[in-house]
Amino acid sequence: MTEKEMQIQQRQEFRQTGEPTKTEKQYVPAVDIYETAEAVNVLAEMPGVAKEGVEIELENETLTIRGVMASHACEGETLLLQEFEPGHYLRKFTVAENIDQEKIQATMADGVLTLVLPKVAPAKPRRIEVRGI
Amino acid sequence: MAIVRFADQKLFRNPWADFERMRRELDALFHGTGVESGGRVGGTVFPALNISEDSGHIYVRGEIPGVPATEVEISIEGDTLTIRGERKTCTANEKHSYHRRELECGRFSRAVTLPVKVQVDKVEAKATNGIVTITLPKAEAVVPRQIKVNVG
Repeated sequence: MTEKEMQIQQRQEFRQTGEPTKTEKQYVPAVDIYETAEAVNVLAEMPGVAKEGVEIELENETLTIRGVMASHACEGETLLLQEFEPGHYLRKFTVAENIDQEKIQATMADGVLTLVLPKVAPAKPRRIEVRGI
Repeated sequence: MAIVRFADQKLFRNPWADFERMRRELDALFHGTGVESGGRVGGTVFPALNISEDSGHIYVRGEIPGVPATEVEISIEGDTLTIRGERKTCTANEKHSYHRRELECGRFSRAVTLPVKVQVDKVEAKATNGIVTITLPKAEAVVPRQIKVNVG
């Protein structure tokens, strides 16, 4: 077999200043970020988060992606194997590009958030003529 | 300790068996399986699974973000459950300039051995928010049954 098998990626926990009171875990979602001529696109992996649980904020060049997991009942069940722990997701980025806040689009499908941040159309350079007196 | 029927025992005992067992245990020790790192315990093959049971069912939950329900293939053969699929989140394009690339994509296949016999025809699976849940009803023979003790 020449194809590489997919591996489980190690998830990092979000480091907070100060100790959280809740014992629920907060992870840093894995992301893909790519830029095209028109927009900056962000793909964030947040399994267990429903569409309603996603919060996106862009404030002073800081983009915050937050995902609150939907609770799932597994009461009365005995765990035999645990390889992942459900948790919330939080990640912040500094966006250097000028983003048109009004046109940000976000879609959530199968636990992956797709965020399109359209760039502000660059201002046309204006030539200023210097006139002689 | 599992009880092995006398007839099932191997005729020739592997003289190195004890050494192999020791090596495996030492390996396990050094791989630091006891240390929790980001909620991952053991297992490296995608997808990460949580397996739990109650009296009548076995539940297998797997994290498969970015894989639509139609792309997941689940099969049972004997007591082996196999989850296969492909993740196609990669949108490689020359016009894209990547700032970060952390998501992996490609084919995956994971097989787990079920601890008990299940009713193969009654297995159900659903995928929501990137988590697939497989519900496997236990076979009649292994469902615990209350036995009344009569006063003699």
